[in-house]
Amino acid sequence: MKKAIFPLLLVLAAISTAFAPVGSGYTVGDTATDFNLKNVDGTMVSLAGIKDAKGYIVVFTCNHCPYAKAYEDRIIELHKKYAPLGYPVVAINPNDKDVQPADSFDKMVERANMKSYPFAYLYDETQEIARTYGATRTPHVYLLDAKRVVRYIGAIDDNSEEPSEVKEKYLESAIDALRAGKDVSVKETKAIGCSIKWKKA
Amino acid sequence: MPLLVFPNMCPLMKPLLFFLLSVPCLSAQNIPFIKADQIKRWKAAETDTVYVLNFWATWCAPCVEELPSFEKLNKAYADRKVRVVLISTDFKRNVDTRVAPFIKEKGLESAVVFMDESNPNNYINMVDSSWSGAIPATLILSKRKDTALFFEKKLTYEELEAAVIQALPPD
Repeated sequence: MKKAIFPLLLVLAAISTAFAPVGSGYTVGDTATDFNLKNVDGTMVSLAGIKDAKGYIVVFTCNHCPYAKAYEDRIIELHKKYAPLGYPVVAINPNDKDVQPADSFDKMVERANMKSYPFAYLYDETQEIARTYGATRTPHVYLLDAKRVVRYIGAIDDNSEEPSEVKEKYLESAIDALRAGKDVSVKETKAIGCSIKWKKA
Repeated sequence: MPLLVFPNMCPLMKPLLFFLLSVPCLSAQNIPFIKADQIKRWKAAETDTVYVLNFWATWCAPCVEELPSFEKLNKAYADRKVRVVLISTDFKRNVDTRVAPFIKEKGLESAVVFMDESNPNNYINMVDSSWSGAIPATLILSKRKDTALFFEKKLTYEELEAAVIQALPPD
């Protein structure tokens, strides 16, 4: 019986890859590409241009998603805590503005100003960076070391709804391991999130 | 005999109400709460019924857009062994304030349950190891055909029905 559905699965797999890069993108150990994307302050930002970085907290996030909103304050705190230690947050909005108008560049500027984002909030207008990284949802975190090697992929912590009930701070543990020169013990986690709003073909 | 869908209970209620095991844990608005182990039970159940498990949330636009396809399937296959379960991944505090009114407003007839797990790592890989966690996502289980079809994307009715037809055992 398994044999009979195998061709169907291939067809389905082909269909699904036409919509989103599920299953592609980086895994831990890969070297991530740098980028040059427009920041909410109008400047262009690349990882190489961030001075004295020992690593980078690349977060695919956006304005509209309730899960991204639930993590917004935590992302700000992460930057405040870790940027002085050499690990700045670099937030990237990968959503198509025609599919989700609340995630347009103008709305990003509004949101960043309203919340006084201390980190770069970049617009991945072509969605090339999100595709290359393999991001599928917001928020979706990639922790890179100084050489842009991916050291952790996944969730910020284990409870999006209730920050006070977080038991595992996955991302912070990973950064702390990097800082201590140790192996990251939990290298990959998952989270429920809003699917990235890909451009309509 | 269809599988009992909601044998689960709130963990805290269990020791207190062990003699009432058939009473599921419900929200105030009667939305059953499930835990990760319910996924395991659906996967292991010796049944002819095909389970169509859809992971969604009221705030998720593509999820809301595809809901009519699941409702249509639920109606069209009402006399077949197909069970549609819409598994809400909304925030827990919104179950009674948003999910319940949404069900009423949309007139949803498919079963709706709430995934009562604060850490999604408890169940995402259990559903399918390829699932990144983005919603909508749908798992179609067929014990008789020994298949589990997984989709991490918005489905059209045609895609959904084609998958269910593949999953249904012959009459």
